[in-house]
Amino acid sequence: MPRQALKLNVTDADSVFRSVRKPVLRSMKVPSKKILFSGNEAMAEAAVLAGCDFYAGYPITPQNELIAYMAKRMRQEQRVFIQAESELAAINMVFGAAATGARAMTSSSSPGISLKQEGISYLAGVELPAVIINVMRGGPGLGNIASSQADYFQATCGGGHGDYFTPVVAPWSVQEAAELVSLAFDLADKYRNPVLVLADAIIGQMMEPAEITKAKSQEEKVNPDRIIGISLDKNAKVLKKPWALTGCLGRKPNIIRSLLLKEGALQKHNEKLRKKWELISEREQRFDSYRTEGARYLLAAYGSQSRIAKQAVDILRSRKIPAGLFRPISLWPYPEKGLKMAAKKAEKVLVVEQSLGQMVRDVRLALPEKEVLFLGKAGGGIPQAEEIVKFLTKKIA
Amino acid sequence: MKKKYSRSVSLRNLSTHYCSGCGHGILHRLVAQAIDELGLREKTIGVAPVGCAVIAYDYWDFDVSEASHGRALAVATGIKRCLPDRIVFSYQGDGDLASIGLAETVHAANRGESLTCIFVNNACYGMTGGQMAPTTIIGQKTTTTPQGRNPRAGDGWPLALSEMLKDLRGVSFLVRGSVATPARVSQTYQYIKKAFSNQVQNKGFSLVEVLSSCPTIWQKSPVESAKWIQEEMVKEFPLGVIKDQ
Repeated sequence: MPRQALKLNVTDADSVFRSVRKPVLRSMKVPSKKILFSGNEAMAEAAVLAGCDFYAGYPITPQNELIAYMAKRMRQEQRVFIQAESELAAINMVFGAAATGARAMTSSSSPGISLKQEGISYLAGVELPAVIINVMRGGPGLGNIASSQADYFQATCGGGHGDYFTPVVAPWSVQEAAELVSLAFDLADKYRNPVLVLADAIIGQMMEPAEITKAKSQEEKVNPDRIIGISLDKNAKVLKKPWALTGCLGRKPNIIRSLLLKEGALQKHNEKLRKKWELISEREQRFDSYRTEGARYLLAAYGSQSRIAKQAVDILRSRKIPAGLFRPISLWPYPEKGLKMAAKKAEKVLVVEQSLGQMVRDVRLALPEKEVLFLGKAGGGIPQAEEIVKFLTKKIA
Repeated sequence: MKKKYSRSVSLRNLSTHYCSGCGHGILHRLVAQAIDELGLREKTIGVAPVGCAVIAYDYWDFDVSEASHGRALAVATGIKRCLPDRIVFSYQGDGDLASIGLAETVHAANRGESLTCIFVNNACYGMTGGQMAPTTIIGQKTTTTPQGRNPRAGDGWPLALSEMLKDLRGVSFLVRGSVATPARVSQTYQYIKKAFSNQVQNKGFSLVEVLSSCPTIWQKSPVESAKWIQEEMVKEFPLGVIKDQ
């Protein structure tokens, strides 16, 4: 159903979206208890509940459940769903939607994310908030559709052209996948920056019970009526988007641009962005740890691989080997403060990845004094718990 | 005395960076004039291209977004779907619209997006120094067709984008005008105005192709350029209404 036409008696993005979004009549009941979701569906539902106004996507395995779920739910909610003609079109549609102040999202898998990189660079350049989900598959090239963590470099080092970063969060469960999508929207709005949710194919495909709620208590979480960070409740803290393109009624025209030709102008802009990255680096480090008390051997892994690493920790502990797990949740900024803490007593650190060794570089950078080992497989290979145990035991002996 | 002609409110009082004889200045004015005459300035959102008109937002006095090369209609789609009562248009050149952005153009048209598209066809890539465009005519010399465009030598034929879009059911209005003579400018203005008013009436996708001059790249004087449009370009790209429904 198309959105109802607006009356043009408003001047800013806030009131525009207030008038567009009517209370949902036919929406699915919000799950109040845990229900069985695939990771892809959970991320989609979380986006809807986070107030995603606009979604554009293009089919690619292993994220197809996500686009299908959005096709159904966004229409139910009378929000915008577009199956784009390509990943290029999808990310640029998201650019346009975000420019109006809408909460906008796209999703894809590795090769498709490569195509979106130019658009992500533009989003970062013009400082537009958007959420991009990458359900990683094997590469390079067409690779395969098995689980992989080989897009770590692309995700954490900008990915496209120019000096920029995007916050990256990586879930290890279906529940966390949903929560991190919600967080991603908030981070995007807060810092006016594209945010990546980096899931691997296992997280996208596996099913687990999850409780996806509209909001947690904090202000920055989304409440049911909240649209593009705007609450209908007058008393709630409101995130205005005075920069949005909505037509210039009652104000000076807004321009969304990243082209800065005047001498020194781009340099100044880059410096401004740098301050933003530094602020994000300081504030948005997230991690989890498991049995790290007294851990002389610290495993580090993220996403689905961290679950296997956790199992390995249990096996090691059962054999009286004091091992623990450090699990980064934010991959950029890398939670080096947490890592340093967790690794304080560690003699050896073992990084386990579904890649030939990408996150291990960040671990080595954070822990220059430590012996950092690596165990990884690419192309669909998944280091198993017993392999991890064997590998580490050998190195200790 | 009654003032009959003045600067459009939607056009800032600035000198443009365009070369003398370039069609962009006229076209910026025509777009601004149509928007003003229809009373749309405060609800208009433009999407600027990549190319010489990349800083069109410095000249227009309403909300404008940039877009990466070729993606203006995808950006415009995102804007329009979020704000369906706003007037959203893209302003793109031949390379932008008919080469790198061909997929976005065809699919925005095919979805029948309620958008207005101004397609500036000057038969070359102007900003980058005069390479072959999809619309470069046969025999036309460019830096990448130094012997003249030769379809049989692998250069391909001039791409008649507007005619290609004709059969798409989402397209409501397709016309081709030019800026070669005052009469043609005035006709082009009527086309542009209609393309905007179609959007007000939610009629679907409207595209106005305009044969425009690039004297610097063509290495012709402004007068010779106008003549070249009239005598050569129109043979490949005939003027008039291609579709109106």
